[in-house]
Amino acid sequence: MKKESFDADRRKMFIIYGVCILVLVYIIQLFTLQVLDSNYKEWANSNAFLNKKQYPPRGVMYDRNNKLLVYNQQSYDVMVVMRETREFDTLAFCRAVNINKEYFKKKWADVKNRKMNPGYSSYTPQTLLTQLGSKEYGIFQESIYKFPGFYLQNKTIRKYSYPNAAHVLGYIAEADKQNLADDEYYVRGDYIGKTGVEKQYESYLRGTKGVEILLRDAHGRIKGKYEEGIHDQDPIPGKELTLSLDIDLQAYGEILMINKLGSIIMIEPETGEILCMVSSPTYDPSILVGRQFSENFNNLTKDIYTPLINRALNGTYPPGSTFKPAQALVFLEEDIIQPSTTYSCYYGWPPGGGRPKCHAHGSPLSLVDAIGTSCNSYFCWGLKAMLESKKYSSIESAMDRWRDLMVSQGFGYPLGVDLPDEKRGRIPNGQFYDKIYSRWNPFTVISISIGQGEIEETPLQICNLAATIANRGYYYTPHVVKKIRDTALDSTYTKRRYTGIASEHYGAIVDGMRKAVAGGTCYRANLPNIEVCGKTGTAQNKGKDHSIFMAFAPKDNPKVAISVLVENGGFGATNALPIARLMLEKYLNGEISESDKWIEESLKNTVILRNGLPQKQDME
Amino acid sequence: MVYLKNKIWNNLDWATVSIYALMVIAGWFTIYAASYDFDQVSIFDLSGRAGMQMIWIVISVAIGFSLLLVENNFYDIFAYWAYVFLIFLLIITIFVAPDIKGSHSWLVMGPFRLQPAEFAKFTTALALARFMNGYRFELMRPKNFLVALCLILLPLCLILLQKETGSALIFLAFFIVLYREGMPGTIIFMGICTILYFLVALKLDELFWDTTPLGEYVNLLLTLLFVFVMLFSYKKGRQTTKYIVFSYLGLVVISIVAAFFVKFDLCRVTLSILVLTIVTVLINYIRFRASRYLYVILFALFSIVYLYSVDYFFDEVLEPYQQTRVKVALSMIDDPGGAGYNVNQSKIAIGSGGLFGKGYLNGTQTKLKYVPEQDTDFIFCTIGEEKGFFGASIVLLMFLTLIIRLVFLAERQRTPFSRIYGYSVASILTFHLAVNIGMVIGITPVIGIPLPFFSYGGSSICAFTILLFIFLRLDATRHR
Repeated sequence: MKKESFDADRRKMFIIYGVCILVLVYIIQLFTLQVLDSNYKEWANSNAFLNKKQYPPRGVMYDRNNKLLVYNQQSYDVMVVMRETREFDTLAFCRAVNINKEYFKKKWADVKNRKMNPGYSSYTPQTLLTQLGSKEYGIFQESIYKFPGFYLQNKTIRKYSYPNAAHVLGYIAEADKQNLADDEYYVRGDYIGKTGVEKQYESYLRGTKGVEILLRDAHGRIKGKYEEGIHDQDPIPGKELTLSLDIDLQAYGEILMINKLGSIIMIEPETGEILCMVSSPTYDPSILVGRQFSENFNNLTKDIYTPLINRALNGTYPPGSTFKPAQALVFLEEDIIQPSTTYSCYYGWPPGGGRPKCHAHGSPLSLVDAIGTSCNSYFCWGLKAMLESKKYSSIESAMDRWRDLMVSQGFGYPLGVDLPDEKRGRIPNGQFYDKIYSRWNPFTVISISIGQGEIEETPLQICNLAATIANRGYYYTPHVVKKIRDTALDSTYTKRRYTGIASEHYGAIVDGMRKAVAGGTCYRANLPNIEVCGKTGTAQNKGKDHSIFMAFAPKDNPKVAISVLVENGGFGATNALPIARLMLEKYLNGEISESDKWIEESLKNTVILRNGLPQKQDME
Repeated sequence: MVYLKNKIWNNLDWATVSIYALMVIAGWFTIYAASYDFDQVSIFDLSGRAGMQMIWIVISVAIGFSLLLVENNFYDIFAYWAYVFLIFLLIITIFVAPDIKGSHSWLVMGPFRLQPAEFAKFTTALALARFMNGYRFELMRPKNFLVALCLILLPLCLILLQKETGSALIFLAFFIVLYREGMPGTIIFMGICTILYFLVALKLDELFWDTTPLGEYVNLLLTLLFVFVMLFSYKKGRQTTKYIVFSYLGLVVISIVAAFFVKFDLCRVTLSILVLTIVTVLINYIRFRASRYLYVILFALFSIVYLYSVDYFFDEVLEPYQQTRVKVALSMIDDPGGAGYNVNQSKIAIGSGGLFGKGYLNGTQTKLKYVPEQDTDFIFCTIGEEKGFFGASIVLLMFLTLIIRLVFLAERQRTPFSRIYGYSVASILTFHLAVNIGMVIGITPVIGIPLPFFSYGGSSICAFTILLFIFLRLDATRHR
C-alpha cells in the first residue's frame, strides 16, 4: 500500500465540518431556549421571587348614627410550604392548633388537590388552616420551630358589635372555586363577601392586597427583598362604610319579630335610605366567623324556617289590599275615575255577595272612603272600567298600560337596592294573560285588582310604594349604604325616580290612607301626636293569610315609610299593624309610650310559626 | 538558550494563546458570578471560589510557559513513561480514593485534591502520538491497530472503574484521531449508528399495525438503507448491485403493502431480507475479492447483533441513574423534581437570559443557586443567563475557532508525532464541548464533565493548560 491509502485532506475537512455542525446545532438550541421560548423567563421568576401577600384590613361599617357595627379582629392562618416540610409529629401538630387528625388529613389533602386549589405549588406558601384563635396562635407559635415549612400569616376576621342586621351586613367566607375562577385577585384562603353589604360592596371593603417581593434561593430560604423593595406594593386598606341603618331600630324590630316569619322595612322617603330591614328568623352574624363557620352555616342551611334568606327582598308575596293605593293611582292617572267617583258594594263584587267578597261598610263609596275602608268592590269596578275603556284599542293594550304604570311605581322588576339577590316580583301584562287564557275579560283577572292572583311583590317593593305615596310621586332607589369613605355614592341612589303618575293624584290617596288610620281599618295605628297614613293588607295564600301593613308618617313632610309583613299572621290589622305602630313610635318618638307597653309585651310573646316546611309559593 | 527562547517566543502561535487567555479570564469572571452570593466577597478573596481559581490560573500559566521551555525530545522520550505512570496512578486511585458524590476519582493529599483522570488525557495523547510516530507507520495493520486501541481503552476502562463515566467517555475522542490517521470511516459510522439505533430503539417504543415494534423496524430499515448506500457508492460491479438493491427494495415495499392487509410482524420479513442481502454481498465478495464488501458485511452483522442487544444494554449495562438521565435527555420522562432537576433548572436559567442576558452578577437563578454545580459542570448556565444568547454564542464560537485553529496547526506539523498530538488536543476539546454544553442545554444526557478553561477546578484547568501548551511548544519548534 502507499503511504497514504486515504485522503487525509478530505478527512480533515470532515472533522472540521463535524465540529461546525455541532456548534451550529447548539446555537440553534440556544436560540430556541433563549429567544423563541418565553416560558423560561416566567419559570425563572416563579423560581426566584416569592410574592408575599400583605393583607389590608377590611373596611369597617357604621350605622347612620356612627355606631360601629362591623370591625376587624386579628386572626392567624397557618401556611405551609410543602417543599420545606420535614417529617413531623402530626399528633403534636393537631394538638397545638386544636384540631383532630381527620380534619388535618382532609385539609392536607385539600391543599395538594389541584382541583380544589388551582394555584398549588410546593414552593409557595399555601393556606392550610384559617382563622386560628389567639389561644391556638399562642400555643402554636411556641412550638412552630418543631414544624419547619409552617408559617403563621396575619389576617383579620370580622367582629360584630351587635347581634343584629345579619341579612343586611352579610358574611364573608373563603373564596370558593367559582370566586377564584371569576377574579384573579383572589387566591385560595382569601376572604370574600358572600351576601349582603359584604358582597355588594366587596370591591370597596376588601381594599387592595399589597405585595412584598422577596428573593428565594433553591432551598427556599429568603435572601432579602428584590432590589431593595422598590417593586413592593403597600396594601391599601378597605374603605369604611356608613350604613343608613339605625341599629337600635333594627334591633327593636328583630325583637318584635321573634318567633314570627316575615319582615319589617323602613325607608326614609326623602332620601331612599333604608332605616331598618328586618327579616325573621334571623341569626347572630358573629356565629358565621372563625372556625365554627361551617358547622353553624350547615345548621342555618338545614333550618326549616330558612334564616339565611332575606325575606325583605327575597320573599315574594301577594300584596293584598296594600296594592289598592297603587291601583287607585293608575285609575286616576288614566282618568278612569275621579276622586269623586263612587261605586257601590254590597258584601262583594259584583254587588250582592259576589266574589271577591267584601265586608260591611256603607255604599256607594268615594275613593277616599274606599281606601279608608279597604273596599274590594271599588277597585274591581275600577279595573273593569279600565280594561273595558274605549280609550284603549284592546284589553291587552289596556292591560299593558296598567302594567307600565305599575312598573313605574316600582313593581315587577328589582328596585335596584344595593343588596344582592333582590327578587323582581310579578306584574302581569296583556301578553301574559293571552298565554294563559285563550279568551279573557275583566272577570277573568279581577283578583289582581285587590292585589291577589298573579300579583307578587317583595316587602321592599311594598315599602317603596309607601315611600312614593309619602313623596307624592317619586322615590329614591332604596339603599342601605349611606356613605363610602372618600367616594361618592352611585348616582342610582341619589337620583329621584318619578312614577308615571302625576303628583296631584296623590292627594286623594294620602287622604284615604289617613282616613284608614284615623277611622278605618287601621285605626290601631293611630298615634296620638303623629298623623300616620296607612293601609293594611291581608294576603290570601295556600296557608293562613299573610298579615301586611304599609304606612308612612307624618302625613305632611313624611319622615318614614314602613312595610311590615308577618307570614300567616292573619288580617293585616292583627299582627303587622301593631308591629308597625311600635316601630313608628320608636323611630319618631324615640321611645314607646307607657300606654303601648302592653302591645310590645304581647307581640314579643306571639308565636306564629307554621308547622312543617315553608310553603313553596312564599319563598319563590 | 536565549536564542531558543526567542525562537519559541517568535514562533509561538499567539492566536491560540490569545483565545486561551480570553477563555481563562472569562471563566474566572464567570466563576465569580456563579459563586456570587449576597454576602459578597471580592473576586480576589481567596476564601471564595473565584479567588481559588485565580491561584489555579496563575499556577497553570506558570506550568504552561515552563512547558514551552522543555525540549521536544523530552516529550518523545518520556511519552511512554508518563503514560505508564498515569496508568499506575489511575489504578491506585481506584483503591484509595474516597467516595465523593459516588465517584472514586480523587486522590486526596492533605488540603489538595487531584483528579488523575484529567491528566491521563494528555499522557494518553502523548503515548498514542509516540506509538504512531514510527516511519511508514500503518495504523490499519492489525497489530498496530490493536495496540492503539489498547492504549486508548486501558485508561478508559480504569476511569470507568472509578465511576467517572464522563471522563471515560472523553477517551472516545481519540477515535477521531485514529480516523484522521487512516482508520476506516465505517468504524466511526458504526459508532454513530450505535447511538442512532440506541435512540431509535428507546424513543420509538411502540407497536404499529398491532404487530410490528416500531423502533426495531425503523432500525432494520435504517440498516438496510445504509447497506444499500454503501453498496451503491462502490463502483466495482455496480450493475449487479443495482439489480440486487432494487429487487430487495421491491421486497420491502411488497412486505409493507402485505402487512397492511394481513397482520404479521414486519420485522421478521425485513430481517430475512437483510440476511438475504448479506448472503448476496458475500457471494459478491467471493467473486470480486474486494475488501469493501467485507466491511459492508461486517457492518450489517454488527448492526443486527447490536440491534437485538440494545434493550439488554440499556437494562443491564447502564446503571438506573444513567437510564433516567438518558430518558430525561430524550424527553421520554419529565421529572423536574428528581432526575431532571438539574437539566430543567439549567434550561430555565439559560432560557431566562433572553437575547442579551440579565447582566453580569444579575442572574437570579445563578445568584439563588437554582442550578447545582453551576461553577463547575454547569458553568455555561451562568453565561447563558447573564450574557444571554449573544454571550453564549460567542463562547461557542470561541471554542469553534480554537478547535479549527488547532486542526489547522496540527496539519502543518512536520512529524506525525506533533500532528497526532495536535489532533488529540482538538478532539478532546471537541468532546468536552459536545458533552458538557449538550448536557447544559438539554440535548445530551447529564454526564458530569467540565467545560474546558471555564469550569472551576484546579485539576481541570491545569490539565487543559498542559494539554494545550505541550502542543504549542511542539508547534513553535516545528521547523527544526
